[in-house]
Amino acid sequence: MRIGIPRALLYYYYYPMWKVFFEELGAEVVLSSQSTKGILAQGLKYAVDEVCLPVKLSYGHVLELAEQVDFIFLPRLVSVEHRKYICPKFLGLPDMIRRLDKMAPLIDVNVNLYRKNVDLYKAVKKAGSCLTGNKLKIWKAYHRSIVALQKYFRLLQLGLIPEEALAVLENRVKNEPLPYPVELNIAVIGHPYNIYDSYISMNLIKRLRSMGAAVYTAEQVPEKIIKRYAARLPKKLFWTLGQRMLGAASHYLDRPDISGIVHVAAFGCGPDSMTGDLIERQARAMNAPFLNLTLDEHTGEAGVLTRIEAFLDMVRWKQAGVVGL
Amino acid sequence: MRLTFPHMGNLHIPLKAMLQYLGADVVVPPPSSKKTLTLGVKYAPEFACMPFKLNLGNFIEARELGADTVVMAGGCGPCRFGYYAQIEHAILKDIGCDMQLIVLEPPEKHISEFILKVRQIAGTRSWWQVIQAIRFGYQKARAVDLLEIASFKARPRELVPGATELAYRQGLALIDGATSSVELKEANKKALRIISGVTQDHSRPVLKIGLIGEIYTLLEPFSNHNLERRLGSLGVEVDRSIYLSEWVNDHLFLGLIKGLRSKNEACAAAAPYLRHFVGGHGQETIGSAVNYARAGYDGVIQVFPFTCMPEIVAKSVLPGVGGDFGIPFLTLIMDEQSGEAGLLTRLEAFVDLLARRKGIEEVVNR
Repeated sequence: MRIGIPRALLYYYYYPMWKVFFEELGAEVVLSSQSTKGILAQGLKYAVDEVCLPVKLSYGHVLELAEQVDFIFLPRLVSVEHRKYICPKFLGLPDMIRRLDKMAPLIDVNVNLYRKNVDLYKAVKKAGSCLTGNKLKIWKAYHRSIVALQKYFRLLQLGLIPEEALAVLENRVKNEPLPYPVELNIAVIGHPYNIYDSYISMNLIKRLRSMGAAVYTAEQVPEKIIKRYAARLPKKLFWTLGQRMLGAASHYLDRPDISGIVHVAAFGCGPDSMTGDLIERQARAMNAPFLNLTLDEHTGEAGVLTRIEAFLDMVRWKQAGVVGL
Repeated sequence: MRLTFPHMGNLHIPLKAMLQYLGADVVVPPPSSKKTLTLGVKYAPEFACMPFKLNLGNFIEARELGADTVVMAGGCGPCRFGYYAQIEHAILKDIGCDMQLIVLEPPEKHISEFILKVRQIAGTRSWWQVIQAIRFGYQKARAVDLLEIASFKARPRELVPGATELAYRQGLALIDGATSSVELKEANKKALRIISGVTQDHSRPVLKIGLIGEIYTLLEPFSNHNLERRLGSLGVEVDRSIYLSEWVNDHLFLGLIKGLRSKNEACAAAAPYLRHFVGGHGQETIGSAVNYARAGYDGVIQVFPFTCMPEIVAKSVLPGVGGDFGIPFLTLIMDEQSGEAGLLTRLEAFVDLLARRKGIEEVVNR
């Protein structure tokens, strides 16, 4: 049995768990390839114009898998945390994808922890029942997958980006010294599927590193700190990723060793239009360097590069005490 | 304390009635206009949806008229409307327009949560009066909706262009002016009589179009460039998937009043296409499209503001409904850039298509 997992959206959070779970149940996990222009072009062809870039990209990844696998694992991620949602598009994604021609059958279990955390196991049981009737086996696979996920999250908190953390988990890492000298610390705040996809983010993280900046992301901040900062808001945010980004941004704004914030948003992203505004308002009030990058399928690499360079120059001048900044 | 609230179509009529019944000092913001939108666009985040920008403009304009407190609805996601009030408050503060905020969050468990918030506005008035005020507000909402439905039927059949609009305005003024339940009943009857007094050609063939989509752009004529009126003058009888009174009954009274169309029916009808709620009115949009198709409507038009997340999901699955039921659909996306001429051309083309389609089918049946 071949199960396809698109390298898109919350792959960046949950892939180690999904992989271990399905492999424990004896399935072969097929991951779609790294994002390319071709994959995005496929997505653009089949998705409606109005959806955001990462969802268009996910269409492309799913379509790449469609003819290679028996099932595509595309859970309906309603809520991964008590009283919080992800984004309406995640709620409707399986229905949007199912309409496509020649689509492989979907494993589209509802992951909905809005009311109770134990509801997660319901989803797991349903996903597992596509492969085996043995409940004990599912239970065991679930526990192994949770262990893998926790290990992965710990690696992320150590400051690895998903690509590096996955390499560690899969024993692909070579011991080499850091290839870049660090003179600045920059926080990159954005949805994981935007900042960690090197194609749509125009290699943002690696570029910043090669320009001498150490990159800090929201995934490196422990949940406890995120919650503490998010609690300062007048009303609890009801988006898991939004709360993570906002809490992390406030945390990094408070840290004197972080010199600036790059906020990455997809064009037309609903939650970002709200949380991004809150972050920008905070950064402005604290007079912190802030760069807002909006990504869509028309974003040009040269334009992004120029803006990053200008931003880093500004941060460096500010640190050197140039008057007027 | 001078209260104000955002506009959304005829919402100001029941809301003003309810607040005044409680003895509050109410400032109704000037009707949404280009100026409102310009103010909103200037201060709102770029990718906020249009209702947000218009709300913000309403508040700024109301403040110029002396309002100091905003009464608003809240929400618990995933649609961003639930966070409107907090961001708008932050923006107003930053531009030196500090206003107090009372956010009426929809009851999560029990209707009493909503009533408690109303108490905050009502001060020392008795519970009985509060309940009466809510009831009175609801009655006005229902009266306004019935008048609107009557105008939808009359408009495509009117003999004198603009007669329905005039009658509708008169009717609204009558309902708006009523200060007690007894007066309201009288006003309601009178208003409906005025509308039915519009001379109509009942033998004229009309098309029927269902309007579906996001609540604000459906209810607020300024935000949809008077879509209903334009369609009416093109000879189309419209129906909307959302009416204010139905929304209030569904979301604030949790279905207390029986006999109204409820969102549950729409959601059930959406099941084969969209199996889960997606926030906002995304699932209702799909369900209503199915229901309109079953009811023999000639077409549906989906309206939503640019970047509206639930409606984008709905738009993605709407072609499935259109294909299965053979019902044509048109999607109109509204923002501060939408132009009137472009909209009119598209509406004319769509109506033309429906008319030809219907004409051909009639010929085949004969």
